[in-house]
Amino acid sequence: MSTANQQRKQLSTVLPIWFYPTLHSHNTLREDPTPRMTSEDVERLLIQFQDEEGEVLGSPFDVPLDITPDKLQLVCNALLQKEEPVPLAFFVRGEAEVVSSLRLCVQALGVETEQVLPVVYQPQAVFRVRAVARCTSTLQGHTEAVISTAFSPTGKYLASGSGDTTVRFWDLMTETPHHTAKGHTHWVLNIAWSPDGKKLASGCKNSQICLWDPVTGTQLGKTLTGHTKWITWLSWEPLHLNPECRYLASSSKDGSIRVWDTVLGRCEKILTGHTQSVTCVKWGGDGLLYTSSQDRTIKVWRAKDGVQCRTLQGHAHWVNTLALSTDYVLRTGAFEPATATVNPQDLTGSCKDHGSAPERLVSGSDDFTLFMWNPAEDKKPLARMTGHSALVNEVLFSPDARLLASASFDKSIKIWDGRTGKYLTSLRGHVASVYQVAWSADSRLLVSGSSDSTLKVWDIKTGKLNMDLPGHADEVYAVDWSPDGQRVASGGKDKCLRIWRR
Amino acid sequence: MPQNEHIELHRKRHGYRLDHHEKKRKKESREAHERSHKARKLIGLKAKLYHKQRHAEKIQMKKTIKMHEQRRTKQKNDDKTPEGAVPAYLLDREGQSRAKVLSNMIKQKRKEKAGKWEVPLPKVRAQGETEVLKVIKTGKRQKKAWKRMVTKVCFVGDGFTRKPPKYERFIRPMGLRFKKAHVTHPELKATFCLPILGVKKNPSSPLYTSLGVITKGTVVEVNVSELGLVTQGGKVVWGKYAQVTNNPENDGCINAVLLV
Repeated sequence: MSTANQQRKQLSTVLPIWFYPTLHSHNTLREDPTPRMTSEDVERLLIQFQDEEGEVLGSPFDVPLDITPDKLQLVCNALLQKEEPVPLAFFVRGEAEVVSSLRLCVQALGVETEQVLPVVYQPQAVFRVRAVARCTSTLQGHTEAVISTAFSPTGKYLASGSGDTTVRFWDLMTETPHHTAKGHTHWVLNIAWSPDGKKLASGCKNSQICLWDPVTGTQLGKTLTGHTKWITWLSWEPLHLNPECRYLASSSKDGSIRVWDTVLGRCEKILTGHTQSVTCVKWGGDGLLYTSSQDRTIKVWRAKDGVQCRTLQGHAHWVNTLALSTDYVLRTGAFEPATATVNPQDLTGSCKDHGSAPERLVSGSDDFTLFMWNPAEDKKPLARMTGHSALVNEVLFSPDARLLASASFDKSIKIWDGRTGKYLTSLRGHVASVYQVAWSADSRLLVSGSSDSTLKVWDIKTGKLNMDLPGHADEVYAVDWSPDGQRVASGGKDKCLRIWRR
Repeated sequence: MPQNEHIELHRKRHGYRLDHHEKKRKKESREAHERSHKARKLIGLKAKLYHKQRHAEKIQMKKTIKMHEQRRTKQKNDDKTPEGAVPAYLLDREGQSRAKVLSNMIKQKRKEKAGKWEVPLPKVRAQGETEVLKVIKTGKRQKKAWKRMVTKVCFVGDGFTRKPPKYERFIRPMGLRFKKAHVTHPELKATFCLPILGVKKNPSSPLYTSLGVITKGTVVEVNVSELGLVTQGGKVVWGKYAQVTNNPENDGCINAVLLV
């Protein structure tokens, strides 16, 4: 009993407000326990464990109402019969998270204690990424603003593209420059690592695409030309569809999408159909290409033959960005952080794991809203997410695809449920437009870079600011978190690339 | 015969000298020598004048030669890449400088206080009554002149029924009644044909507003539900104001600009 009392005292300071549906939930916290608690008779409740898709685990059984998540975890792990115990989070009826005791959730939701209560368990990442706290190095070398930065899928290499037309590779062990790749004639707008980490593609404002070898810093093959205006996005074919990493899709302001064969150095397909600039192209896990454009539509194409499958309409202004629920898996899924080898079979497996539900697509637009789609099946959106008061610049699914973060020019970041699109919380703290966000590998932390020259690390569980990272002298244009969770790289208008570590 | 044509007349009548053309050719080829002789031997004021003129000629010659040379060889574009690199998501947007943002905010606050609103056509020519309304004569001897007919395009609502003809003072002819307007979104640069919901304000007179007369500069409310705009709270926006930009009675259609 005493432990329960202690826990209850801690609750009023620790519990975040947004987990409860009603605002005056603190009243329920302060209510004293009923006199029944003093008697021997402990209130018990029948619960049934369910996983996220709704499949039940075991049969319903009795637990005391004051049970804590640790004990629930022990029970659930025993039922799951896994070799190593997995950390789990529990949600009563899929809505309210059990933070310190089941009793409070039940009280907050107003659930009858007579019926069997479904409790959804969610496996959390086994490893825990620690928040970055200090800037370990400022990598100077670029002579113009750094406009794109990306870690390789293994996390071993870091590449950055800049307005001085070079792509620079940086050595992460010593945090010094490694190679400078010259070859572009205008600003390097986008860079994309191939899924096996052996090639880097970069697109520039003169509509040229170059491929680089990160080990030597030299150009592979010849420059791919063909677009008539600047390149807006680059996307490689996923590893499990083709282990060679041969095909690359690029979208451009001229309204077309080109699929290039990087081995032969030529354009395989040209997909036209958009009437205005194509802002983003994503290669999905099941061989479909998704493209968003300034003509307010999103088109779905079959990558094999270049046929347009579907047009998704609904936005009222330019569609700026797309995010796929399988993004992170396609980027890093093939790698075991321990061994850092590439195994295409692993990738297929994990893709299927995530996807008993099909791939979801979220689009963010200048009309201040986001749409969630199931593009492989339906033309109608699953959900429309409103709430931002300025244009949405970037949308990103968390690595476990349960959460969605949207960065907007209204200085806030909103977190939404990754499955249903329901609004969860807003992260406020920036004083100017938020440009880019990046998730940590365990989906617990989020880093955001903004035009006010700071980066902020947010803790998703509490919905609060974890760490404020000032240091840049001017706007922060690009942010990336390494897949092994060790480092964050950020580049901006002040021509420096900064690396942040714990 | 005019005074100055006697040489030509003589040439027409008698032709040229036999060695005329050769002499002419040789004289022209000697010109270079004569010019250089002059340039060397002239002294005094004449020399100054001559040299000044020659200098100007030479500059012009050099310019034309350079121009011709440039056209023959293909020049590579300026090697220097422009400053101000921005990432791809900022390329199509004009970045507002911070000072401008602040001053804009202040200006907007002042305007709100004054009650003035920004419209694309702030000043329009006021239309007088004689222009908009035409006098209709009635009565047995066509002497009574209390009826008026609207000569401009107007909008009447869905549930409009005329007053009994004996008592109606303002006649709005059916041929001049319009329900739809071609509305342009200023940022998207796309035009949609949207139904009109009502006339909000006619700048010439409140009488025209109540009648529903649409002239250039009138602010009308249009149904924008087909655009799919949504407010912050998630509610669908279905009415927005637009300002008319043409003279509809001349064109036969109403063109308007959406006021975002």
